[in-house]
Amino acid sequence: MAARKEKSTEGMHQEVVEISGHIIDSLILPKILDCITAAGGHFRIEEISVGQQRSDPSFARVNVAARDAEQLQRILEVISDHGAVSVSTGDCRIVAADIAGAFPDDFYSTTNQRTEIRVNGHWLSVEDQEMDCGIAVDVSLQTARCVPMSDVVVGQQFIVGHRGVRVFPEERTSHAQSFEFMNSAVSTEKPKGVAIRAIARRLFENRQANQNTLVVGGPAIVHTGSVPHLSYLIHHGFVNKLFAGNALATHDIEHALYGTSLGVQLESGDLVEAGHEHHLRAINSIRRAGGIARAAATGLLKSGIMYDCVTRDVEFILAGSIRDDGPLPEVITDALEAQRRMRDAIRDVSFCLMIATTLHSVAVGNLLPASVDVVCVDINPSTVIKLSDRGSFQTVGVVTDVEPFLRALVEELKSIAEQADA
Amino acid sequence: MRRPRLLMCSPDFYGIHYEINPWMNRRREVEHAKAMDQWTRLHSIVRQCGADIELLAPVQGLPDLVFTANAGLVFGNRVIVSRFRHPQRQGEEPLDAAWFAENGLSVTRLPDDRYFEGAGDALFCGETLFAGYRTRSDVGTLQSVARMLGCRVIPMELVDPYYYHLDTCFCPLRPGLAVYYPAAFDEYGQKALREHVEQLLPVELEEARAFACNAVVIGTRVITNTGCPRLHAALAEHGYEPIATPLSEFVKAGGSAKCLTLRLDGEEAASWKTARAS
Repeated sequence: MAARKEKSTEGMHQEVVEISGHIIDSLILPKILDCITAAGGHFRIEEISVGQQRSDPSFARVNVAARDAEQLQRILEVISDHGAVSVSTGDCRIVAADIAGAFPDDFYSTTNQRTEIRVNGHWLSVEDQEMDCGIAVDVSLQTARCVPMSDVVVGQQFIVGHRGVRVFPEERTSHAQSFEFMNSAVSTEKPKGVAIRAIARRLFENRQANQNTLVVGGPAIVHTGSVPHLSYLIHHGFVNKLFAGNALATHDIEHALYGTSLGVQLESGDLVEAGHEHHLRAINSIRRAGGIARAAATGLLKSGIMYDCVTRDVEFILAGSIRDDGPLPEVITDALEAQRRMRDAIRDVSFCLMIATTLHSVAVGNLLPASVDVVCVDINPSTVIKLSDRGSFQTVGVVTDVEPFLRALVEELKSIAEQADA
Repeated sequence: MRRPRLLMCSPDFYGIHYEINPWMNRRREVEHAKAMDQWTRLHSIVRQCGADIELLAPVQGLPDLVFTANAGLVFGNRVIVSRFRHPQRQGEEPLDAAWFAENGLSVTRLPDDRYFEGAGDALFCGETLFAGYRTRSDVGTLQSVARMLGCRVIPMELVDPYYYHLDTCFCPLRPGLAVYYPAAFDEYGQKALREHVEQLLPVELEEARAFACNAVVIGTRVITNTGCPRLHAALAEHGYEPIATPLSEFVKAGGSAKCLTLRLDGEEAASWKTARAS
């Protein structure tokens, strides 16, 4: 059998082919690999599974690379005679779900990149692009969309295998110009002024274009005394949606009601006596009032991020966790329901700012299509790296403390507004 | 033990009406009476070997219907009916399918964008289905056929256009023993054959061109065209009884003894046949 060849294929023309059946004993696979090399191409075996029993078929998915389109075409023609099928040619295979909440075996697992599928010779765009989902197809309506595993309904038609599916990697150059500078994912060495200016510009452009910006925030926003900065962004229409957990809302309300966050007086930094009870008393008050919106309406809650969201019509989704106190009545404690609500809410988002939250950032990163620009701000570089490692490649990171970041961001926005006025 | 059963078709309408392989030449016409005589002789030799012969009714306009080996692939009570690559032969498909169905076989039709030429390109040797591809059958269909039958298939590219069907260059005699013409395969095919058939009897070019590999095997009798003395000697050494009968009129169309028959109860070399009988 031919040796596996590894070579950098960057910048080369590439196509993925599948070869299945009795391809090992018959030497068909090595023959195909040799054909590729003999014709001047390169190959990389992406996946291989060898049948265990004599009658079991084997399978290989091979990336074929050539220096130009013509050479690639020639290679594909040669190897197609030996059974190598381009995954992008031929219709996708569709199988009906037989169990609710589970995909058919061998389901196509999605990426967050723009995807098309081939049905009856025509390419259809996949809607609601999201990673780690299946693709449900309605052949009669000629539509396809990503569906998470838990939402699978019996009889729903899903794509299996890789054939008839093509993925379009996001090209950063197609994005808004002010964002181009951020071509390296994360660095503690980056000049933050430049980054913050670019983010301010992006927020400004998004507002100008009537597009939606989502903020995913952690309680550190409150602990670090950044509530006024985020309130500024909300007041001026730079934030359209907020995703957070029980903690951010609780400490924001604690701050609004008692002036403390986790019992610390934010203005002085002093620990307040029995301050550790404040957050619990805050939750209790809101629960007694019947929720955040009710508390804002009755005058119990008069300021803060949550108050601003309620009064400025900023959609907020609070997702619960097992360590939550209370929680606040608006917190969604069913994790799948929270995912569904967040999924629905991100459809019209074009820019996402993740501030000082790890798990929430990863969760939202999983839901967002690669076409949405994401900025992740965290004092801990591993949060940003975690996002990129999980496939949210469109994320650019700014490693910095939250308060100075938001303060500088507000300053930049003010100066852009002044320039615009002038 | 059940008597061997073969399907044949009288050459009433046989002739060279088109050219779909390098043997065929419309200017080299078939001598009809001679063809009929050669076919009749083959028919009676097969009968003398103790086999029953079923007859497929010949049809005008389908000269190659006489080559019943290409009608389908038999596996037990099941037959996978051929999908011919050339439109000239596609008219045979419904007739073959109808005959199989009428004679109690469970018929499987392949999708019409597939190419598969039955026992012309797919032959069992032991438990493995050996198959030829590229000229007629396509490799993807051979893989599908193996999946349907739950067996291993060794698809081999046929690299010489004169040996356009596997049965023109490979003939299993019994599990682990087969005749072949090496140059009809590339190095991968030759290596795969050597790997999966214990003993291979090679034929030389001259006898390969006389269709030595296109043999009918009934028990220990092996019927071929005339002009294959070296193979016959080798067969005798291996305990077989070779029988030569002239089939020159059919060689004009690229066929010989094996092409003119389809074994309905399973070839001698097919393990599933003995497994079923025991």
